[in-house]
Amino acid sequence: MLTLAAAGACAAFRPATVLAQPRAILTRPIPSTGEALPVVGLGSWITFNVGDDPAARDACTDVMRNFVEAGGRVIDSSPMYASSQDVIGYGLRKAALTGRVFSADKVWISSGSRGREQIEQSRRKWQVNRFDLVQVHNLLDWQEHLPTLLAMKATGQLRYVGITTSEGRRHRDIEQIMRSQAIDFVQVTYNPVDREVEERILPLARDRGIAVIVNRPFRQGALLRALARQPLPAWAAEIECTSWAQFVLKFIVSHPAVTCAIPATTSVAHVRENTSAAYGRLPDEALRQRMIAAVERA
Amino acid sequence: MSEWWTYRLTSFLLFSPRTYYRLLELYNLAIWPAQLAGMAIGLAIVALLIGQRGDRDCIIAGLLSVCWLWVAWAFHYQRYAQINWAATWFAAAFAFQALLLVVVGVVTGRFVLQPASAGKLWIATSIVAISVLGYPLLAPLAGRPWTTAETFGVAADPTAIASVAVLGLVRGRIRWFLLPVPLLWCAIAAATLWAMNAPEVLVVVAAGLLALWPAVSRTRHDASETMR
Repeated sequence: MLTLAAAGACAAFRPATVLAQPRAILTRPIPSTGEALPVVGLGSWITFNVGDDPAARDACTDVMRNFVEAGGRVIDSSPMYASSQDVIGYGLRKAALTGRVFSADKVWISSGSRGREQIEQSRRKWQVNRFDLVQVHNLLDWQEHLPTLLAMKATGQLRYVGITTSEGRRHRDIEQIMRSQAIDFVQVTYNPVDREVEERILPLARDRGIAVIVNRPFRQGALLRALARQPLPAWAAEIECTSWAQFVLKFIVSHPAVTCAIPATTSVAHVRENTSAAYGRLPDEALRQRMIAAVERA
Repeated sequence: MSEWWTYRLTSFLLFSPRTYYRLLELYNLAIWPAQLAGMAIGLAIVALLIGQRGDRDCIIAGLLSVCWLWVAWAFHYQRYAQINWAATWFAAAFAFQALLLVVVGVVTGRFVLQPASAGKLWIATSIVAISVLGYPLLAPLAGRPWTTAETFGVAADPTAIASVAVLGLVRGRIRWFLLPVPLLWCAIAAATLWAMNAPEVLVVVAAGLLALWPAVSRTRHDASETMR
């Protein structure tokens, strides 16, 4: 019933919590290059927008440090997230993590001609030499931005190009771009209750060789708050889940088209819990159906 | 923005309540004891509203202008803009309101406080007094530390509520040039507090509407005066 999805996964960093039982973090290849990414990343929407509060910045740094120590790599942000980019840059520098993360950011400006300028501002905030991935945020002015991003990729100023949406918006446009443009990544919302992307976008991503980043895995915490009223099913132990957060994340990343999910948190305990979902067994299709039923009942 | 109807109020909230209140706390610690000056200005406005000084209106406009300019610079531009990129626009709007108060109240002398009735004056004065003395109590009443209290003159919400109450007393159509920014801010503040699920939203909405009442009833009064 279960599949050992760790097969073929590349070893990255081993979290302290699993040292007694050394295992490799689960990864998925980016289809356009084959580069492996851990299946659980780290988002920064709201959580890392803490301004210049030194205590909160240090707390975010601890979250990033623990994320990377647990084997995580993908950190995602956007100019829309106010101070989040500055806070990530502060944390990467303070914890000496710059070379160890996969930097995913976005361009979010209504003027296509100012895209490069905004990306450069974002890069300085992150304090990285170049971004691994730049995505067009919520498809804002994508007709102007995508050629810019593809040109920057061609000259080595960034490594991958993507587009994003959330909460089911503009899926027709997303599909059209996936079919017509040479993008590497698409970012969408997906979780056990928001499954619209299963119908067309996820299959299309597999067909077109496009990596998928999943945002809002917990519906900004609302899904976990709702699930917390019910006990975790006993059979969740079969896939090594000890919490609803791991349950939801294992459901998401077990979809064969998904490359990684990016839950956001301000808690070290939660980031370790989330990242531990990238270890061990993943559910097969039959178990995924039971997971959906369990979440819908809760 | 496409598919705008799919967005909720919370979709526009860029920060957590914890970050917002921490910002207020750091702001309060950084500007202390400016809060006392703000409260002193507020109480001075209350005293001026009750009293009969000949230059009362000009002084009130000037004092309000100082408060709006302070909030524009020290709160919106220097602090709030860290966690909300729209705050630079808020700062510009608050600075514009300060300028408007100076031009109308100090330069042109068209800022004439003339309550339609003693009752309206009493309501407006009470709202200003509550904004000054009562609003800071909301923090401990909501279970937050005193250091997150919002004070008239240095915090946006009580300054805007008290201003709506005062500006509602201004004679003539000029008050409808003075009221949009404070009213807009009350709406933005209420939306933000609602999105944060903060209980203070009820106070802001109730106080804002009550503060607006003298202005609206004043319009009816002016219309009936014109009819005669």
